[in-house]
Amino acid sequence: MSEKRTGDWPQVRLHVVTGKGGTGKSTVAAALALALATRGKNVLLCEVEGRQGIARMFDVDPLPPEERRLTTGLPAEDGTPGVVHALHIDPESALLEYLSLYYKLGRAGRALDRFGVIEFATTIAPGVRDVLLTGKLFEAVERNSRNKGAIHYDAVVLDAPPTGRIVQFLNVSNELAGLAKVGPIKAQSDTMMTLFRSPRTAVHLVTVLEEMPVQETSDGIAELRAVHLPVGGVVVNLIRPQDLAADDLADARSGSIDRDRVTADLTVAGMRHERAIVDGLLAEARDHAERRALEDSQRTLVADLGVPTYELPRLPQGVDLGALYELAASLREQGMA
Amino acid sequence: MTKARTRVGPSGAASTPGTLPLTLDVDALIDDPSTRIIVCCGSGGVGKTTTSAALGLRAAERGRKVVVLTIDPARRLAQAMGIEALDNTPRPVADVDHAAGGTLDAMMLDMKRTFDEVVESQASPEKAKQILENPFYIALSSSFAGTQEYMAMEKLGQIHAQSGEDGTYDLIVVDTPPSRSALDFLDAPERLSSFLDGRFIRLMLAPARGPARLMTAGLGIITNALTRILGGQVLGDLQTFVAALDTVFGGFRQRAQKTYALLQHEGTAFLVVAAPEPDALREAAYFVERLSEDRMPLAGLIVNRASPAPSGDLSADESMTAAERLRREDPTSLTAGLLRLHADQMRMVEREARLRGRFATTHPQVATAVVPALAGDVHDLAGLRRVGLLLAGGRTQNNA
Repeated sequence: MSEKRTGDWPQVRLHVVTGKGGTGKSTVAAALALALATRGKNVLLCEVEGRQGIARMFDVDPLPPEERRLTTGLPAEDGTPGVVHALHIDPESALLEYLSLYYKLGRAGRALDRFGVIEFATTIAPGVRDVLLTGKLFEAVERNSRNKGAIHYDAVVLDAPPTGRIVQFLNVSNELAGLAKVGPIKAQSDTMMTLFRSPRTAVHLVTVLEEMPVQETSDGIAELRAVHLPVGGVVVNLIRPQDLAADDLADARSGSIDRDRVTADLTVAGMRHERAIVDGLLAEARDHAERRALEDSQRTLVADLGVPTYELPRLPQGVDLGALYELAASLREQGMA
Repeated sequence: MTKARTRVGPSGAASTPGTLPLTLDVDALIDDPSTRIIVCCGSGGVGKTTTSAALGLRAAERGRKVVVLTIDPARRLAQAMGIEALDNTPRPVADVDHAAGGTLDAMMLDMKRTFDEVVESQASPEKAKQILENPFYIALSSSFAGTQEYMAMEKLGQIHAQSGEDGTYDLIVVDTPPSRSALDFLDAPERLSSFLDGRFIRLMLAPARGPARLMTAGLGIITNALTRILGGQVLGDLQTFVAALDTVFGGFRQRAQKTYALLQHEGTAFLVVAAPEPDALREAAYFVERLSEDRMPLAGLIVNRASPAPSGDLSADESMTAAERLRREDPTSLTAGLLRLHADQMRMVEREARLRGRFATTHPQVATAVVPALAGDVHDLAGLRRVGLLLAGGRTQNNA
């Protein structure tokens, strides 16, 4: 924490990254983990939805339900990187680990499994599944002497469930409230809530500049605030290229771009300049300008949310490992990490 | 475009025109009177809800008597369709063109209410009350992963049975929930009934009685462990819940099996919806495989939000080279900007074609419809009509 450049979230140990489906929250979570892993820091990137998205993004074998070194982080200006570790949290192994860690239930734990209790608890019992997943997360953030020899993480990044489910997911004690009013699991979930509600946690929301995702982001922020979960930043993903100046965009929308000028330029550049080509370029420009105008109106709404925002470009060739580092660099430049 | 195609890497070689995907004829599907149920499935954020609504509207305006069962529509779309109120009953959609003799109703699923109705229909009023008030039931019916999927299928079964009797509808379009795992809606009925049938439940029902004596040694450890973790009160509630639910459980299982059989029936058509992104197409591939394993009738794949192909045959590289040349002369060159946009667009289109080609190579039997992305969101009937037209392979004016 005594860094010269600490970014916008110096206090945060747990970064929760959520977003509507299709907005690229997993990509953003991965890029954020890379960006945070600098100057010898250890960062843990977690996923909880059983999709093996981390393995696919980083092109490694499917992850087992235990921590492992994933890759080198994005180096700082002085060239020193940190390390990104990965953890695929699955509820069944989390439950067994939880039982052995907190209740010393060696034999009984296996008996529970035999009687289908594990399956019951992880797939059917509402809330218990989320308590287990978040419990494992909690352990990674709050790791102490109890877990000897384990890596101490400077930050934990969670590729979280989508916006529509995030409050239910993190608000574990509430979810359990109707079921367990007292008892150890209730106490456990209360302790977790203390971390989740503290300034050491930030819930970041990923969106794209379209109406529904922006609306869902705004609703999500209101819901998080209503239950006192700390809202982090908004990452606006998949931004269209900004190759046209504002007045050119206006011309493109109204169809008043000077086509003779375009034809002349194409000739100068040694390009073919048939009518069809110029028509095509102008039609694309109109389409693009239309979408940019819609994006701008959504961008205003995002700005009105009153939280720090970060923007990431849409990469026409998709996101490969190299692109993840580029996105990480962009996030760091913008101060998110 | 053909020129661009030839430049893709080794993986692209297999997707040359030899394996062009079959085209999905959406109009033929919705016009066929033997199509009685259309299920739209796919991962989250690919436009399932819009697709279902657009299909329903198009079918209605082509003469079908349609009901659209949706899960979580965008607010403005719900308003436009007149279904913001969650009352679990289909309501007529205003401003539908009835000239062809069709009708369109829509409803938004209320998961908990559907569950309550099932319980009420299966149990005596007294028993039903006991179940509905149990904390486990309340939690299960509103947040159990899979409940929504199960209830969507349950509601489908109800509407289907009812319209079989009174002929209100001849086509039901179902939008499936954005599941955590893609096929929760197929697995949920099975999971719910295997849960109710499971050892744990039997254990809860008959603690240390009769033949279960043999298990008593293990049982002591278990109840002990559960009490330590959950607390005694939770265990008590759970036992009450399980005992109460047991009485209605036979009904559940039967209904789940019936719905499953209905889905396999040839009057049902599954449409897998995807976006031209690796994750969405991977999910789509998984869907296609699971559906065929379960012998569910797959009608085809819909790829939404495709980047519109630019006209003209300027390649991305050609455009970028020219753009750089122009930028050197004039850093603010408009034409350079246009060329860079064109290059960006070409690259998107090429990448999407490559992704679709890969899907077509591994699943050559799946008919596909590609729907170009619209500039704005769809939140009125005019927008749905436009999507319907695009689904059917028609062209609309750019950004109209």
